[in-house]
Amino acid sequence: MAADTETLDTVQSVTQSGYKWGFETDIEMDIAPKGLNEDIIRLISSRKQEPEWMLAWRLKAFAAWQAMQEPQWARVEHPPIDYQELHYYAAPKKKSDGPKSLDEVDPALLAMYEKLGIPLKERAILAGVDPDSVENRQVAVDAVFDSVSVATTFQETLRKAGVIFCPISEAIREYPDLVQQYLGTVVPVGDNFFAALNSAVFTDGSFVFIPRGVRCPMELSTYFRINTRNTGQFERTLIIAEERSYVSYLEGCTAPQRDENQLHAAVVELVAMDDAQIKYSTVQNWYPGDAEGKGGIYNFVTKRGACRGARSKISWTQVETGSAITWKYPSCVLQGEDSVGEFYSVAVTNSHQQADTGTKMIHVGRGSRSTIVSKGISAGKSNNTYRGLVRMLPGAANARNYTQCDSLLIGDQCGAHTVPYIESRNPTAKVEHEATTSKIAEDQLFYCRQRGLSEEDAVGLIVNGFCKDVLKELPMEFAVEAQKLLAVSLEGSVG
Amino acid sequence: MLEIRGLAAAINEKPILKGIDLTVPDGEVHAIMGPNGSGKSTLGYVLSGREDYAVTAGSATFNGIDLLDMEPEARAAAGLFLAFQAPIELPGVNNANFLRTALNAIRRSRGESELDAVQFLKLARAEAKRLAMPDDMLKRNVNVGFSGGEKKRNEVLQMALLRPKLAILDETDSGLDIDALKIVADGVNALRGPEFSALVITHHQRLLDHLVPNRVHVLLNGQIVRSGGPELAKELEKRGYGDLIAEAA
Ligand SMILES: Nc1ncnc2c1ncn2[C@@H]1O[C@H](COP(=O)(O)OP(=O)(O)OP(=O)(O)O)[C@@H](O)[C@H]1O
Ligand SMILES: [Mg+2]
Repeated sequence: MAADTETLDTVQSVTQSGYKWGFETDIEMDIAPKGLNEDIIRLISSRKQEPEWMLAWRLKAFAAWQAMQEPQWARVEHPPIDYQELHYYAAPKKKSDGPKSLDEVDPALLAMYEKLGIPLKERAILAGVDPDSVENRQVAVDAVFDSVSVATTFQETLRKAGVIFCPISEAIREYPDLVQQYLGTVVPVGDNFFAALNSAVFTDGSFVFIPRGVRCPMELSTYFRINTRNTGQFERTLIIAEERSYVSYLEGCTAPQRDENQLHAAVVELVAMDDAQIKYSTVQNWYPGDAEGKGGIYNFVTKRGACRGARSKISWTQVETGSAITWKYPSCVLQGEDSVGEFYSVAVTNSHQQADTGTKMIHVGRGSRSTIVSKGISAGKSNNTYRGLVRMLPGAANARNYTQCDSLLIGDQCGAHTVPYIESRNPTAKVEHEATTSKIAEDQLFYCRQRGLSEEDAVGLIVNGFCKDVLKELPMEFAVEAQKLLAVSLEGSVG
Repeated sequence: MLEIRGLAAAINEKPILKGIDLTVPDGEVHAIMGPNGSGKSTLGYVLSGREDYAVTAGSATFNGIDLLDMEPEARAAAGLFLAFQAPIELPGVNNANFLRTALNAIRRSRGESELDAVQFLKLARAEAKRLAMPDDMLKRNVNVGFSGGEKKRNEVLQMALLRPKLAILDETDSGLDIDALKIVADGVNALRGPEFSALVITHHQRLLDHLVPNRVHVLLNGQIVRSGGPELAKELEKRGYGDLIAEAA
């Protein structure tokens, strides 16, 4: 049964108060002084007990960052960010060697994740209706709270399969060779302003390694939570899928409701070798700011996957409902012959939110293929831009791209923009682009309401229908969650 | 009981309904006939609360409550159902999901428990079977790519599931093949009872052979110009609207 059958039920259960993840958790924190300089970077590195090479890498990134400018080309506006006014490290106080098991995790933290609906206890999630699939529905979770990973579940089960899933800070200590071999090879330290900043100060994130021929036995998932005031969150995720391996990874994020803006600048790097597949799904629900546009997260994220191997496949699926500003272009570098890149995106903006998001598909290998399906929904006074690049390099013989880019407008004070860049340097490569812009038609709303649906339920239903091609790419648990979010983030957008 | 008194309505400042008086007692089926553009669909829209229409005079009550004051969904909850002359397409919205959402909304408003997906599908499949609708129409997107006749049958399926107290069928018989026509008429007849009434807008006597109305009204240029028993429809079929138009002029 399609997950969307549950949509309206779940919508009913959601509060009317708008952002319901906005609570703050009172936990004793170890916080670095405000500001960014080499000493802070040394402090982060020493707190993480990092080897010397890692510190050197960070300092190199910091030097690069100092010589860079914030990018100005995106269709977003915000007051200048004072990078010296932020804390770059905040961690819950705890025994210095960290919790060995969930039993040692601060109960307040566990309670918070419980409140967020994130299962840190090691048990199966019975979201599916099919009891036979229970085993497959287990989700291993890594929870990142401000600057540190607080718990990673199912480590033992995963280890038996040969899968490494751990906080990246731990990976730097325990698997330095692997990390050194791949870190920064997809997103180099000086790639862009925010990636350089992240490289200098990243504090935690997840590390995933799937060895040759292994199909990861469960979904892997990381939940990010910004809690401390004036803290930037800079997580770093690195996923390596060796030959013929498969992994599905999910990422979710929330933050408390605050008047000031908070910066989130993550970097995600994916590497897929021959015949490997990585499916990366995001449900991004950072605090979007209030109805007047006060507060909210600046979500400036660099995500990129390298399809290094022949027939490798990387698939990005994202549902972006939160953040005051989203600046994010999950991309694929399709190096391998016949490699495949996919980007499925739903981006919703309401009130004063701004989103400039899309993807880059860089076709290097012959026969490489990419698919882009982007659904932008704008309501209120928001602005929603799709920005996408498809580049066919000279070696990309017979490469293919298909792009479908649809915008839905709710009300008449919002904006939707589509900015496709297409560059082809191989005459046998084919690029197809389709774009539509529509409004929710009055007669569609009336038809639903005549059948007894409230106006908001009607909008929810129509919007979910509009996004279906993307939502069906999400794993079951996330699809249901995403539908709830779509409805909640559009609350009050009609009538 | 539906009571319409002196109802006048305009769209974009253009008067369409010009003083309609009509009473449909509980348990009765009334047919509305009349030439193209005379305001039949408009009457259905105004009664069900479509926003683009401005009511400029008169009243409409159902079982004593003022319909014109209510949101469309509240009217639906009060038991009003409109089978659209041109059913609307909802891309990406699964038909079964849409029907269940609608049914549960109506059930909630009646204080009844909601149906889960399994209960609903059982019910919907049974109704679809009665209407000789293929099962896969429940799986498809609402009205998207449905043939003209399939759309009409889908309207009747919705009506059968929602069990309204007052159904307005706007040319639900148009575009139906002969067998379907009978199925649709049977669908309405199955609902007939002391608590059900219907306004059936049609151009064809043949529907009224299967669905015999208590009264027939002729709407012309926004007004009801003639009312009578079932024989009026037969007379109109033979003679057309010419005489009535001449009379009105
Ligand atoms: N948006 C609109 N603007 C102007 N005129 C309109 C609008 N909508 C409907 N009308 C007019 O209102 C009149 C009544 O239309 P209505 O659809 O109610 O007719 P009808 O009796 O249902 O006709 P038919 O038998 O063809 O279905 C028509 O003349 C139509 O052109
Ligand atoms: Mg009509």
